[in-house]
Amino acid sequence: MTSSLATVSYIAATILFILSLGGLSHPETARRGNLFGIIGMTIAVLATVFGPRVTPAGYAWIVGALVIGGSIGLVAAKKVQMTQMPELVALMHSLVGLAACLVGFASYVDTSTVFPTAAEKTIHEMEIYVGILIGAITFSGSVIAFGKLSARISGKPLLLPARHWLNLIGLLVVIWFGREFLNAHSIEAGMTPLIVMTVIALLFGVHMVMAIGGADMPVVVSMLNSYSGWAAAATGFMLSNDLLIVVGALVGSSGAILSYIMCRAMNRNFISVIAGGFGTGGGAPAAGGGAQPAGEVQSISAVETAEMLRDARNVIIVPGYGMAVAQAQHAVYEITKLLRERGVNVRFGIHPVAGRMPGHMNVLLAEAKVPYDIVLEMDEINEDFPDTDVSIVIGANDIVNPAAQDDPASPIAGMPVLEVWKAKTCIVMKRSMASGYAGIDNPLFYKENNRMLFGDAKKMLDEVLAAISGG
Amino acid sequence: MPQIIGVPKETAAGEKRVATVPEVVEKLIKLGFQVKVQSGAGDAASISDDAYRAAGAEVVADAAALWDGADIVFKVRPPDDAEVALMREGGTLIGFVWPAQNPGLMEQLAARKATVLAIDSLPRQLSRAQKMDALTSMAGVSGYRAVIEAANAFGRFFNGQITAAGKVPPATVFIAGAGVAGLAAIGTAANLGAIVRANDTRAEVADQVASLGGEFVKVDYEEEGSGGGGYAKVMSEGFQQAQREMYARQAREADIIITTALIPGKPAPKLITAEMVRSMKPGSVIVDMAAEQGGNCELTEPGEAVVKHGVTIIGYTDLASRLAKQSSTLYSNNLLRVAEELCKNKDGAITVNMDDDAIRGLTVIKDGEVTWPAPPIKMPAPPPKPRAAAPAPAATKGHGHGGGAPMSARGLAIVFGLGALAFLLVGLYAPASFLAHFTVFVLACFIGYMVIWNVTPSLHTPLMSVTNAISSIIAIGALIQIAPPLTGTGADRPSTLILGMAVFALALTAINMFGGFAVTRRMLAMFRK
Repeated sequence: MTSSLATVSYIAATILFILSLGGLSHPETARRGNLFGIIGMTIAVLATVFGPRVTPAGYAWIVGALVIGGSIGLVAAKKVQMTQMPELVALMHSLVGLAACLVGFASYVDTSTVFPTAAEKTIHEMEIYVGILIGAITFSGSVIAFGKLSARISGKPLLLPARHWLNLIGLLVVIWFGREFLNAHSIEAGMTPLIVMTVIALLFGVHMVMAIGGADMPVVVSMLNSYSGWAAAATGFMLSNDLLIVVGALVGSSGAILSYIMCRAMNRNFISVIAGGFGTGGGAPAAGGGAQPAGEVQSISAVETAEMLRDARNVIIVPGYGMAVAQAQHAVYEITKLLRERGVNVRFGIHPVAGRMPGHMNVLLAEAKVPYDIVLEMDEINEDFPDTDVSIVIGANDIVNPAAQDDPASPIAGMPVLEVWKAKTCIVMKRSMASGYAGIDNPLFYKENNRMLFGDAKKMLDEVLAAISGG
Repeated sequence: MPQIIGVPKETAAGEKRVATVPEVVEKLIKLGFQVKVQSGAGDAASISDDAYRAAGAEVVADAAALWDGADIVFKVRPPDDAEVALMREGGTLIGFVWPAQNPGLMEQLAARKATVLAIDSLPRQLSRAQKMDALTSMAGVSGYRAVIEAANAFGRFFNGQITAAGKVPPATVFIAGAGVAGLAAIGTAANLGAIVRANDTRAEVADQVASLGGEFVKVDYEEEGSGGGGYAKVMSEGFQQAQREMYARQAREADIIITTALIPGKPAPKLITAEMVRSMKPGSVIVDMAAEQGGNCELTEPGEAVVKHGVTIIGYTDLASRLAKQSSTLYSNNLLRVAEELCKNKDGAITVNMDDDAIRGLTVIKDGEVTWPAPPIKMPAPPPKPRAAAPAPAATKGHGHGGGAPMSARGLAIVFGLGALAFLLVGLYAPASFLAHFTVFVLACFIGYMVIWNVTPSLHTPLMSVTNAISSIIAIGALIQIAPPLTGTGADRPSTLILGMAVFALALTAINMFGGFAVTRRMLAMFRK
C-alpha cells in the first residue's frame, strides 16, 4: 500500500468517526453510528499495518497484541454490569493515558526519526513532553476515579492542606524540567527530566481526583474522557499523524463539552469542581449554609405507596444514584409496566448529573427495557410536575432539593433541580434521613405533600410491585 | 392493654353517616387499638355489620354496651343527653361538638370527667392539620351534593348540546362564596358542563375559581374582605350596596344559584332577597347551603325544599349526610389522622399532648376541665419571599442546543485577543510542517464542538464509551513503532525496548478498541421505544 493510499484511507476513517459521533444525536441512528466507528477503526488499523510505515516483520507482534488485548476487552464488555459502566469507562480512560505515555517514551528513545531543522526537533520534543504529561495525568487520574467509583477508595474528597499551592509548585517544576528536557543534548540526559515530569504528572492526576467528591464524579469522568482525547491528539502531533490529531480533537472536545454540560447542571464552574471539595469553593461551610427546614417528616408504607400509584393518573419517577446502588432498575420497570397497563401515564425525569457519569440513569433504564420515549430530560419534564399526581424519587437527594431554588444561602443555590414537590404527592425512597453528597439537609422531606418510604430501594420497590399486582 | 375505640350508631334524626368505615377500622387496628362497632351503625351508609367484622371490629349489640366498653368514642354529631349519660367516666370523645353553640353539652361532658376532642375546633390555619380537617372534607361533599340536588330539581340539561332535536343552551350556575363547599360546587357544576360564575368577598380566591373552570365575578367596589383563618368578614355599607346590585344582576341571568356564604359566629348574610327570587326565570333553582345558619336567601326554609315564585329553593341542612358513604369515608379518614397524631408510638394508647398546637386546638375538655377556647396559635412569620431573580438564571437555558448564552462583549474580546496572540506566536515561530497539523487540529476541534452539541443527553454514556473506543486510535502510534522500515541513520536504535513498549501499548489500546465498541453496541441495543 502506498503512502497516498494510506492517507486517503485515513481521511475515510476520519469521516466515519465524525459520522459515528454525529449518529449519537438519536437512539435510532446511534447503532449505525457505532458501526461507522468500528468500520473507521478497522480501516485505520489496516491502512497503517499494510501501509509504508510497518514492515512485515512486525505482523506477528501486531496480531498477538490485538488478539490478547481484544479478547480481554470483549470479555470485559460482555461481563460488565450496567451499574458498573462508570468504573469501566474510567478504567478504559486510564488505558488510553498509559498507552499515550508508552508511545511517547518509545518515540523519544527512537533515534530513527530525522529532523531537517532544529526548530522541528524542539517542537517534536515539546510534543513528546506534553503528550506524556497529559497521558500520565489521564492514567493516574482515571485509576483513582475507577477506585472511587468502584468504592475501593472512599468517595469523600481528600483535601490536603495548601493543595492549590502544591499544584502550582508541581506546575512550575514541570515547566522548569521541560526547559531542561528541551536543552538536553543526548537522550540519556533528557531522560531524567522526562521521568521526573512523569512522576509529578502521575501524582498530580492522583491528587486532582482524590480531591473531588462523589457527586462531582460525572464531571471528572467526562473531564478524563476529554484528557484521553487530548493525549491522543498530542501523540498525533508527535508522530505527525493527522488521523490521531483529528480523532484526539474530536474526543477531547466531546469530553470538554460533556464536562461543561455537567458543570452547568450543577450550576458550578469548572474551576471550582476541579479545585475540589463540594461547598468549600464558595467559602460558606456546607452544613450551616442554608436555613434549617422546619416541619415533620411523614413516612409511608409500601402498600400505601402502591395504593397511591394505582389511583394516580400521572406519575413521574426520578431516579438517582441510589437506584443504581440498589440495582433496582428492573423492579422500577416492572412497576412501570404494570401501571402503564392500567392506563397510568408513567414517565421518568432525569437530571443531567444523576448517577456517577453523564447519561448513567438512561443506560440503566434502557437496560431494564424502559422505552426511551418516556425517559425525559429535566428541561422537558419540569413544567409537567404541577399536573402530576405522584412523583417518586428513588435514591436521589440533591437533584430534587427545593433549597436550590428557594434558599439563596444554600450551597447548591441556583443549581437546576427537578421540581418534584410541585406534584400533588411526592414520595421519596431513601435508606435513612442522611443528607446527600452536598451534605445539606433537604427541605423537600419536610414538605406537606411529601412522604418518605424508608428502606432499601430494591426491597421497597419489590414490595410496592407485589402490592400493585396483588390489589 | 390496647385501648378500645367505640363507634356508636348516630342517634340524630336523619343522620346517615357513621364515624368509622371498615377500611379505617383496619388501620386503627394496625395502630394497636381494638375497635367495637354498634350493630347497625353503618346501615344508613350501606355498610353492613359483616363488613366491620371482616375488617377486624367487634360488633356490639346495643349502644349501652358499646359506650360502656369503649375508652375512646368516635362520633359524627355531638352526643345527645342520653349518650352523655352512657359515657364512661374519664372516657374520651372525638367528633363534632360545636362548643360555642352547645354550652350545656360542654358542662355535661366536663361533669363526666371526659376528654373531648372537637373536630370542629381544629386550628385550620396549621397546614399539617389539613389531613384532620373534617369541616373541609364535609364541606367538599356538601358542595358536590348541592349541585346534584340542584340538577335534580332543575328541568334542563347542564351542558349545552346541539342535537337533531334542536339546540340546548348550557345552564348558567352562579355560586356565592368560594370556600371549600363553593369550590367543590364550582368544580362539579363545571364538570357537568354548565357555565359557572362565582363570587367571593376575598379577591384572592379568583385564581382558584378560574382553576376549577369557573368565572370570577367581581363586585364593582374596592375593599379587601379576608378575615382571620381563611374566613370572610363583614363588609362595609358601600360594598354591600354594590354587591346587592351584582347579585340582582346574577339572579336575573342565572338558572341556578348556590349560596355558601357564612361568617363565623354570625347569622348567614342575606344575599338573595325575595325581590331577586321573583326576578329569576321560572324553573330556576336556589340551593341555600347556609340554611342551618338562617340561610343566604330570605325565602329559605331550613331543612325543606320549597317552590316560591316558580323557583325551587332547597334549604337542606344535611347535604353531607345525603352522600353518607362518601362523607363517612372522608370523615373517618380525618378521625384516623387524629388517632395517628394522638398515638405516635402505634401502641394502641392515646396521649393528649397539649404542647402540640393541633392537639391543643382540638381538645376542648381535658380530664373534665374545659380548655376551650384554645389560645390563638402563634404562627411562624411567613418565610421571606425568595430574593428575586437570584436563583437559577442558568437553569432556563436549553440543553444540547448551542453553547448557552452568548458571552459578554468583554469576554469575547478577551478570548479573541488571546486567540490572536496564540496564533501570532505559532505563526512566527512554528515551522510549516507543524502548521499543517495545527490547522487540522483546530478545525477538528470545531467539528467536534458542532457534532457533540447535537448528541442527545440520554446517550451521554454511550457517547463516552464510543469516544473512548475511538481514542484507542492511539494504537496507530504504537503500530508504526513496532517495525518501521529502518533507514541507515537509526543504527543505534534500541529496537527491542521500543518494540516491547509498542506491543504493550498496542495490547492496551486493543482492550479499549474492542471493549469500547462492544460495550457501546451492547448499550445501544438496549435503547428501545
